Amino acid sequence: MNWRRISLIAVPYLWLAALFLVPFLIVFKISLSDIALSIPPYTPTLDLSEGWSGLRNMISQLDFENFEFLADDDLYWKSYLSSLQIALISTFFCLLVGFPIAYGMANAPQEWQPTLMLLVILPFWTSFLIRVYSLIGLLSNEGMINQFLMWLGLINEPLTILNTNYAVYIGIVYTYCPFMILPIYATLIKLDGSLLEAAEDLGCSRTEAFWRITVPLSKAGIIAGCFLVFIPALGEFVIPSLLGGSDTLMIGKVLFEEFFSNRDWPVASAVAVILLLILIIPIVMYQRNEQRRIEAEQ
Amino acid sequence: MFKVKKSAVLAAAVATAGAGWAQEVRVYNWSDYIDEDLLTKFEEETGFELIYDVFDSNEVLETKMLAGGSGYDVVVPSGTFLQRQIAAGAFQPLDMSKLENAGNLWDVVQARTETYDPGGQYSINYMWGTTGIGVNVGKVTELLGEDAPIGSLDLVFNPENMEKLAECGVHFLDAPAEMIPAALQYIGEDPDSKDEDVLALAEPVLAAVRPYVQKFHSSEYISALANGEICVAFGWSGDILQSRDRADEADNGVEIAYNAPSEGALMWFDQMAIPVDAPNPEGAHAFLDFIMDAENMAAASNYVYYANGNVASQPLLEEDVIGDPAIYPDAETLETLYTTTPYDARAQRFVTRMWTRIKSGT
Repeated sequence: MNWRRISLIAVPYLWLAALFLVPFLIVFKISLSDIALSIPPYTPTLDLSEGWSGLRNMISQLDFENFEFLADDDLYWKSYLSSLQIALISTFFCLLVGFPIAYGMANAPQEWQPTLMLLVILPFWTSFLIRVYSLIGLLSNEGMINQFLMWLGLINEPLTILNTNYAVYIGIVYTYCPFMILPIYATLIKLDGSLLEAAEDLGCSRTEAFWRITVPLSKAGIIAGCFLVFIPALGEFVIPSLLGGSDTLMIGKVLFEEFFSNRDWPVASAVAVILLLILIIPIVMYQRNEQRRIEAEQ
Repeated sequence: MFKVKKSAVLAAAVATAGAGWAQEVRVYNWSDYIDEDLLTKFEEETGFELIYDVFDSNEVLETKMLAGGSGYDVVVPSGTFLQRQIAAGAFQPLDMSKLENAGNLWDVVQARTETYDPGGQYSINYMWGTTGIGVNVGKVTELLGEDAPIGSLDLVFNPENMEKLAECGVHFLDAPAEMIPAALQYIGEDPDSKDEDVLALAEPVLAAVRPYVQKFHSSEYISALANGEICVAFGWSGDILQSRDRADEADNGVEIAYNAPSEGALMWFDQMAIPVDAPNPEGAHAFLDFIMDAENMAAASNYVYYANGNVASQPLLEEDVIGDPAIYPDAETLETLYTTTPYDARAQRFVTRMWTRIKSGT
């Protein structure tokens, strides 16, 4: 009996160890290594044939030099800050766009809801890369948006959207919006309608009822949605590199440059370790929020 | 009994899979860089099954090479990258006894690739070209007058010219190893310098024209130049010539010209080599020998508009390839071309950091 319990608990922990802890330790080890011209391009590597002395030998050669290097150059903290800013603003706009959609879906007639749900999920059937690429066609100077605005006579010259931070915001909001909509929808659909009726009976206006009942009760969904958007947006690489300008500073791009242009795997790993440390705070907060939500539901 | 059978079946399956593996040749080449009829021809002639993948940046290839176990039999790095990967032990020496067509290689090109691969032990030249300036002739002369310096680095590194050109759009390669040597050449410094003090001199040159550069990108300029979206691109010879042909085909009134800058242009070489852990070195050698055949190499050059390192293929080249000085520069221009060698890790970091500063101001 006891063994069964232990093995049940062990499964998620083994999962965590194999898919998170081990990869993290490998990256962390590389971040303490030195760059080398060899395969793989860093030193020292673990020589298993020497057993324990090989391991001791490897550990003695590790140091925190790469982290000191990151602290010395302002490029890195500026990139982290700029990524935080882009992720926060995008999350805000995702909420602004996502909440009304989720609200509309939850209040739509029952028989429409599966179709509406499908429409939100449908874009996932196309590759993420193709969707971002197609935004290039929409946002460019000769793109459909500019053509349309000029045809309407609203503007005389095409707006420069592509290759600016605006395009990055549009790309992130568009791509991650479903991650905001779905958890909010999930909480709104469970909302007890009689609460709103009661509020109205007691003389509460509809807007007031929305702010005092609907929003607080969907808080868990809002928080979950915000984290689901914020966490991947912070390390985003594809969207800023395809839609952003040469001066768009994001940590995902810096990471790519370290890895591919400088071929400096140790510094790239150090950048990744710090990115993970920054993300741990929101991830732990998200975890707690989820736990509380599940407990509340029970 | 059952167990024995199962493992026997497994062993047989592994054996056949192994045999199947040996019949495949996996080639990793640059995108848009071969006449695809050659690929079927290779399969028909040799009986190998060809798996042909493409990439568009040396950095991506190098990361695969240095990680090891790429699974490719033939890869095509550029000279400086090849040199560094040889030093890292990424390639195996060629077995010359399997390369009957090696005599077709052009000594003029071989003398220059000697820097990267002494004695041609590890690689053969596939194609080569220059890095220079592509212009939309009509728009540039309209903005700068009939005597616009379209054949000079002055066009792209003189802020006065660039300020006017910004109106119609300028793209630069997003490749510091191409742009920084050009900037050094412009101010009369050694383009191949690894000295940080010298490299730093390129920064003010590039920073001064940075505000007028619409984008740093290494492939978008092909279509942007062809459809008139931009009027100047600092890019690779063959790409700009492809753009010229696209504009001709579209018949949209856009006339594109390519010039290797008169101050001297960077000459680069794409070399075919065999990774040290290639699963099928036999097939890899067969592929290299096939490519070195004069007729095949001529077909490839006639298709992609790049010069090759195969002297025997020259009589078979079409006139608009061999006769075009933008592809096969005349002896005089050839004299002004320079080559570069790889940056070491320290200089590379310095250059990448400087490039980020130029592009983003940080």
